[in-house]
Amino acid sequence: MRGRPLGPVGALLRHAVLMTGALLMVTPFAWMILTSLKPQAEILVAELHFLPTRWAAVENYTMAMTRVPMLRFLVNGVVVTSAIFVLQVVVNLPCAYALAKLRFRGRGVLFAVILLCLLIPHHATAIPIYILFYQMGILDTYSALVLPFTISVFGIFLMRQFFMTVPNDLIDAARVDGLGEFGIVWRIMLPTAIPALIAFGIFSVVAHWNDYFWPLIVVGSHELYTPPLGVAFFRLNDQGTEYGPLMAAATIVILPLVGAFLLAQRRFIEGITFTGMKN
Amino acid sequence: MGETGLGMMAAARDPHGRGSVVISGLTKSFGQTAVLRGVDLEIPDGAFLTVLGPSGCGKSTLMRIVAGLEQQDGGTVAIGGGGVDGLRPDQRDIAMVFQSYALYPHLTVFDNIALPLRMRRLNFARRLPLVGRFLPGVSATEREIAAAVRRVADLLQIQPLLARKPGQLSGGQKQRVAVGRAMVREPRVFLMDEPLSNLDAELRVHMRAEIAQLHRELRTTFIYVTHDQAEAMTMSDQVVVMMEGRLLQVAPPSVIYEDPEDIRVARFVGSPRINILPGRVTGRGGIDVLGVEVPFASNLAAGSAVQVGIRPAATGASRQAGESGLAGTLAYRENLGSDLFLHVAVPGVDQAVVIREEPTEIGRFPIGGTVTVRLADARIIVFDPAGRRIRPFVAAAGARRHG
Repeated sequence: MRGRPLGPVGALLRHAVLMTGALLMVTPFAWMILTSLKPQAEILVAELHFLPTRWAAVENYTMAMTRVPMLRFLVNGVVVTSAIFVLQVVVNLPCAYALAKLRFRGRGVLFAVILLCLLIPHHATAIPIYILFYQMGILDTYSALVLPFTISVFGIFLMRQFFMTVPNDLIDAARVDGLGEFGIVWRIMLPTAIPALIAFGIFSVVAHWNDYFWPLIVVGSHELYTPPLGVAFFRLNDQGTEYGPLMAAATIVILPLVGAFLLAQRRFIEGITFTGMKN
Repeated sequence: MGETGLGMMAAARDPHGRGSVVISGLTKSFGQTAVLRGVDLEIPDGAFLTVLGPSGCGKSTLMRIVAGLEQQDGGTVAIGGGGVDGLRPDQRDIAMVFQSYALYPHLTVFDNIALPLRMRRLNFARRLPLVGRFLPGVSATEREIAAAVRRVADLLQIQPLLARKPGQLSGGQKQRVAVGRAMVREPRVFLMDEPLSNLDAELRVHMRAEIAQLHRELRTTFIYVTHDQAEAMTMSDQVVVMMEGRLLQVAPPSVIYEDPEDIRVARFVGSPRINILPGRVTGRGGIDVLGVEVPFASNLAAGSAVQVGIRPAATGASRQAGESGLAGTLAYRENLGSDLFLHVAVPGVDQAVVIREEPTEIGRFPIGGTVTVRLADARIIVFDPAGRRIRPFVAAAGARRHG
């Protein structure tokens, strides 16, 4: 809260603006939950009803859980997002450390190239990667879901910025104490970088948990479906779109994220402010 | 602290004393900037040597090369009689204390001190978290490590802090922990890079005494880098004054102060700074300083220009009127309680001439009054125009170079 305090009118205005924003954010979310409680007939009526007259929650949620192997999809989502995050850490931390703390020829150019890669949209590389995976024969596998994201340019950039703030003396002390360069990355840099890693982890997990585009392209078998594909299943159904179960499924899918957010609310906000500061 | 097996082995290996350091012909440049321009230095086993110099003189680079954190461009470093060039820092059997302490923020004080021992005594698998401790031999080694950490903690009186994280410690406590981490593996050489400069003045004086005491107890070679002359003068056996990548003089602290080889050494050491006055050699075995003749036997040709250094404490104000000296106006006076420094503006000298007087005499020296700086009986240090020391003729044969 910088600047001088606002008068009562200003305060009112500020709250009005914030509440409008909050309403815009909350409405679709609330509508999703409300729709997931209504039977199909009530969803498609012309009038606006907030609460269902006949509650269809049990049917819709049962349908969402039983018509498709939703649990399986959720497990897939957990496996894929955690594999992506772990591999991102394994790849990003040494890269970020080298870019931030080791002196070598071409480091500046390399970093510029990495920044440039930040500008390339993921969709532009989708087709070449698809063809590559086709030739490698790993389409329709977990690997296809995980591998393209293991090298996160954003992650390297974020961690590099954080590592720049770690004093060089700390690294020199570790070298004198007998740690090798990888030892320094895992035993010194990783623990000091926990706040930055959490911030990055939040971005990574949210993005890949919700990713619809890439899994849709590379995965055909239902056993490998991630949660968003499971949700879409209700839309592509032969009986037309079943909105009730669809919304129920969507609610189930975001539930883990909401739960994780509530558990780590403070860290989450710290993480966001942290990235705001660093970028 | 008892000798470890490691220490004994190293001692047996080195005929020249396990902590002796020999540096020869060391050069180093960063890009276009030459930081070290040929440094030669021999440090005997067990010495406390301070490298003193202004910031940017290359002293930290010198230390980092000895530590193995930086690669020299030319020259060699030998520790304990064996060359260490190309060895990693941990293979050189040295320990370093950093200005910022560089404690691992995520580890407790105990783990900070234990880390160098764990790195040496446990292999990769045994250091693994969770599983490592169940491997054979780990618990016995861990017990030895814990005992070593406790010994160091006792010596430095930091036992109550062992369970804390560095973030919960004060500056002085962090400093002790950093020293403890360096001590625990009983290195051949301690390297200290301005370890006291982040402390407040009072604590710095206290830690100065503690480090000197520690050196007396450990009898290990200490190489201590600082820009603070008080630290250099109070703690060390030998002081190296370094400027612009060269060693100007290597000598005990008193010699550095009393008998500087170079005008830059004279200027850097001593507070307030030494007064430098222009002089000219007379034909009668003296030097003419702004019209006052000061006795000084030299074999220089009459008329040669020299620079005459006079420390503030080596002179004073004349008591009687008519005594020969440099007359000037008192521009400023500093009463430090123990000393009274008078800044005298003398015509023909750019900077005020500073002299020491007894604080009890302050009444005799009103600001703006005339003060005559005594010269005839002052102890003077003479330099040639290039800043090299000129010794009195008689002593010239004997006293060429110290250190």
